[in-house]
Amino acid sequence: MTENNNQQAQRKAAMAVLAHAEADEIAARLRTIALPGHQDLRAPENGLVMLRGRVGGDGAPFNLGEATVSRAAVRLASGEVGFGYTLGRDGEKARLIALCDALVQSRDFGAAVERDVIAPLREQLMVRRKQAAAETAATKVDFYTMVRGEG
Amino acid sequence: MYVAVKGGERAIENAHRLLAHARRGDQNVPELTLDQISEQLGLAVDRVMSEGSLYDRELAALAIKQARGDLIEAIFLVRAFRATLPRFGASEPVDTGTMRVQRRVSSTFKDIPGGQILGPTFDYTHRLLDPTLAEGSAPEAPAMAEASTAPTPRVTDILGRDGLIESSPQAEDGASVGDLTREPLNFPADRDLRLQNLARGDEGFLLAMGYSTQRGYGRNHPFAGEIRFGEVEVEVFAEDVGFAVPLGSIALTECQMVNQFKGSATEAPCFTRGYGLAFGQSERKTMSMALVDRALRARELGEEAAAPAQDEEFVMSHSDNVQATGFVEHLKLPHYVDFQSELGLLRKLRQEFADAHAPDAMKEAAE
Repeated sequence: MTENNNQQAQRKAAMAVLAHAEADEIAARLRTIALPGHQDLRAPENGLVMLRGRVGGDGAPFNLGEATVSRAAVRLASGEVGFGYTLGRDGEKARLIALCDALVQSRDFGAAVERDVIAPLREQLMVRRKQAAAETAATKVDFYTMVRGEG
Repeated sequence: MYVAVKGGERAIENAHRLLAHARRGDQNVPELTLDQISEQLGLAVDRVMSEGSLYDRELAALAIKQARGDLIEAIFLVRAFRATLPRFGASEPVDTGTMRVQRRVSSTFKDIPGGQILGPTFDYTHRLLDPTLAEGSAPEAPAMAEASTAPTPRVTDILGRDGLIESSPQAEDGASVGDLTREPLNFPADRDLRLQNLARGDEGFLLAMGYSTQRGYGRNHPFAGEIRFGEVEVEVFAEDVGFAVPLGSIALTECQMVNQFKGSATEAPCFTRGYGLAFGQSERKTMSMALVDRALRARELGEEAAAPAQDEEFVMSHSDNVQATGFVEHLKLPHYVDFQSELGLLRKLRQEFADAHAPDAMKEAAE
């Protein structure tokens, strides 16, 4: 059970990075690995997900509006099944995420895909976020209240 | 009543060809790309996504290009597109408390944990036209500062700790979330449906309704407790995967309005809330939405509901610009048969009027 939970957390963390990368970035990283045989279990498909918010930010859920989502599933020759979901309509990206998810679960490829694909993309994402955070931080403001004069 | 007419196919086809030509404009001027629209007209894209009720920057940019910059037409195109795709499910509710904030201001407290962050804003600009933009310009690189790792709790969470503000209503166990794209609207409508309606409602309509509450038509003494804009992560529970799958992030703007107190014999007085949430950087929209959300709570809060902004049937039935434009603009389509019958009736009435007012002499002569 714990092993299952660990693997689930690992898959989720990998998906969270991959969803922020572009398809060609993922493809370029994957080319550094000698990939095992694999096939589409479900060809990429576009659809919608209803995005939900919460009343007041922390209350009961409500439907905010939809987003386009692409999804796919890939099976390795060794049997692992991976799933790919991403915002947008890039079916190739969904397929690549599914392939990575299958590899993450594989005894033989799990370490390699983490080291050569996920870790560098995570690093790149962190650099982008850090840059944005620094630009935002420069606009932090200290308002001070003027004391109202008497009379 | 609109009655289908035949004929004019050739003229219609040629009109659409002429439209394509007019859309392109002077062909010596470079054609707009979707990237240019998405990057340089980003707030127009945000509005089309919000009111089109579909988060997809590229599609919204395409719709703006196709609609020649007519945003309501673009919203219409986006709404029509969404009907072509299957729905995979609903996301986990996003957590705006963990937003990667790019802007966050409060008009109620100057010192808030995490600080006030102006971000990219028109506020404090002088609203003078900038001729240097006409020339084309490469802006200076943004200033940088060390980012704080301190959390940025919602201002309403801070007020809530001391019980100074009402808490948000929680979902009852097993309660389904209302969806006005699936079920027809009935009144009275619950808060979830009202917020969905307002989130996709026309910004101009909501602005006018919100403004009317400030001018005294349903006054509720608002303060902008907090406005925040930034990115939040989205997850959807996928049956096939067996857990909530990350999809990436979306940009959202949230507005928490803090309004005049309520209280009762059994409850200590506290501030009340109005809430606004929309795709992209949509500040005017979310502020207006929060004002109208609060106004629509009049009955729930035991206030007299006499102003238009407090009338949920009025607000919710007229907020949707696709429905509104459909009904207003259909007046352009041929109504020949209808008009013929009106014309016949008018001629009859005029004849009766003429007969009744004919000079007595003539009547007598006629007799």
